[in-house]
Amino acid sequence: MELQTLIYLFVGASFALYIGIAIWAKAASTSDFYIAGGGVNPVVNGMATAADWMSAASFISLAGIVSLLGRDGTAYLMGWTGGYVLLAMLLAPYLRKFGKFTVPDFVGDRYYSDVARTVAVICVIFISFTYVAGQMRGVGIVFSRFLQVDINTGVVLGMAVVFVYAVLGGMKGITYTQVAQYCVLIVAYTIPAIFLSLQITGDFLPQVGFGGTIQFAFDNGVREIPAGTYVLHALDQSFKDLGFAIPYTEGRAGVWDTFLLTVALMAGTAGLPHVIVRFFTVPRVRDARVSAGWALLFISILYTVCPAVGAFGRLNLIKNLQNNDYAVWTRECTADDLANIQAAQRAGQDTARMPCRGQWFATWENSGLISWLDKNGDGKIQIANGGAFKGKAAYTGERGASGERLISNEAIATPAGQAVGNEVVVDRDIIVLANPEIAALPNWVIALIAAGGLAAALSTAAGLLLVISSSISHDLLGRVIYKDPETGKSKLTDAQELMAARGAAAVAILIAGYLGINPPGFVAQVVAFAFGLAAASFFPVIINGIFDKRMNKEGAIAGMAVGLTLTFVYIVLNVFVDPSGTYKVFSIEATGIGTIAMVIHFIVAYFVSRATAAPPQDIQDMVESIRIPRGAGEATAH
Amino acid sequence: MDEQQARAYWQENIRTIMQLLGVWFIVSYGFGVLFVDLLDTIAIGGFKLGFWFAQQGSMYIFLILIFVYAKRMNTIDEKYDVNE
Repeated sequence: MELQTLIYLFVGASFALYIGIAIWAKAASTSDFYIAGGGVNPVVNGMATAADWMSAASFISLAGIVSLLGRDGTAYLMGWTGGYVLLAMLLAPYLRKFGKFTVPDFVGDRYYSDVARTVAVICVIFISFTYVAGQMRGVGIVFSRFLQVDINTGVVLGMAVVFVYAVLGGMKGITYTQVAQYCVLIVAYTIPAIFLSLQITGDFLPQVGFGGTIQFAFDNGVREIPAGTYVLHALDQSFKDLGFAIPYTEGRAGVWDTFLLTVALMAGTAGLPHVIVRFFTVPRVRDARVSAGWALLFISILYTVCPAVGAFGRLNLIKNLQNNDYAVWTRECTADDLANIQAAQRAGQDTARMPCRGQWFATWENSGLISWLDKNGDGKIQIANGGAFKGKAAYTGERGASGERLISNEAIATPAGQAVGNEVVVDRDIIVLANPEIAALPNWVIALIAAGGLAAALSTAAGLLLVISSSISHDLLGRVIYKDPETGKSKLTDAQELMAARGAAAVAILIAGYLGINPPGFVAQVVAFAFGLAAASFFPVIINGIFDKRMNKEGAIAGMAVGLTLTFVYIVLNVFVDPSGTYKVFSIEATGIGTIAMVIHFIVAYFVSRATAAPPQDIQDMVESIRIPRGAGEATAH
Repeated sequence: MDEQQARAYWQENIRTIMQLLGVWFIVSYGFGVLFVDLLDTIAIGGFKLGFWFAQQGSMYIFLILIFVYAKRMNTIDEKYDVNE
């Protein structure tokens, strides 16, 4: 079947499935809408959490980032998984026992303060919107790359789908669609990875192939790398030969920077409201503990495959591109070409460099993710350390001597003493997106990648939108604005609050869609923002609420204020005002400031709380009660 | 459950968390970040040991830690009769 037809079929079928599930799992009460009635099986919740957690960036970009950074990519791999250990042991079981709907619920009740509650609501909204804008953009990009529709149309389509199942189904609908989305995205991610591993190393599991040996010898442009060389050794040797200062398996970033970034990502992960709230949906405290383990299991399947994909992708670029004749490699296949490829396959040879096998290169060149500037005019592609040309590729609209897209940019000279000059600029996303084509997999696998990327983006967007809507309808309207001053309870009925929650979700989707169509231009940087803020605000304030019975309202508010202000100001100064480092203190990177702010939050909160009155007795009793599992029961609104 | 029991339960809980987070810290920050170059002098198959811990091993150990924690807490809950 035609590729386009297959993509429409896969994407259409997956969308129909999500909407079908949403209709089946329609929310009937606020408890259904906020926490899926509190009756979700821990394994199911783990799977939904995994889909919620893994965003378009995890699916499309992470392998490319790790591939580009080599060992320095570790901070992201460990940071975004290690946070689940903190979540399982320090947060999830106690918050489940607390038994309310949202994170601001906990902050407001534990610190007996509507100021603290409101600060928490503002944090939730800010963190979630920065994050969701990136997801809607991701939806648009997948649509535009795979379905050849305009990015904006893609965003609107994505909004419509999320609208149906998030507004209708609430947390209940989202949970079960996320299970389906996890299945789609993990299959889409692992199938090409397994085939790549088989082709390069002969090992079925990418995690094993990562440490395995290459099946086929190749010429890296300087020397022949023999078959039987370990994948990572082949990469390190080629990096050395091609002029890279640091081999793939060694780090450039300082130990201190890596340390701070990893802590910020871990604490941020554990403090992200849309992740925490998923652990309110399981029936018991013991389910919350083990559910975090299931979530990490499902996440680790992708996260342990990812660095292998990164290494294979990097190796493939050198192996398949180096000194290959562009015109021959990327031409339309003739009958002879196909016969030759089939004969080579039967003989157990590597076909990736053969004539007409590089059509993927031309395809992605056409979409602007790969550019080639034939600097030495030999018609062959060279790949090495250093830039190929200055600035972003400016296409002239004409074709060059070999049939490549011509670029008018000024070429960058090859560094002195380097044997090979780089001619290729590759977008990092290519490491995942082009894999099925590089591995010569059937068209349906490419269609699956499109459906998988959309599943990753939509599942995360839906989880975030739900958190935004519940913090508005439940925390802000129910517990602050429409609070009955005599009883302290909400004046809204359950039906009214459910209506408000749906309305808030609808408005949030419209805003997210607007941000997706008109991205603020710094989507990548604001992700560091979201994690830094979560690490500096929610993580310490919740830990203190559980583990420090003496922690009071004054300490919590002072801690949050200091943590948030410090992170906010430092990131704004160092990312947006002057990225050159004028405002750096102790040479701390903006990505690591969340860690420092978290430590300062803990210190300030401790001293302020000890200098002011102890929390009232009923609050201290509440802390005692959340430490003991028995009696968790169903989560309740009041 | 009297106050003394509650305190003993909480202390045992904290002890368990501290032990497991100790392992968590050593594996991730110790092996994967602080002493990665030292461990890299040891090679196991195609991996340098530090690199393996950084990009594979730490994640497997995180997983084991959570399941061990969940199981040990269930035992402790039963011992103090606070299980659900």
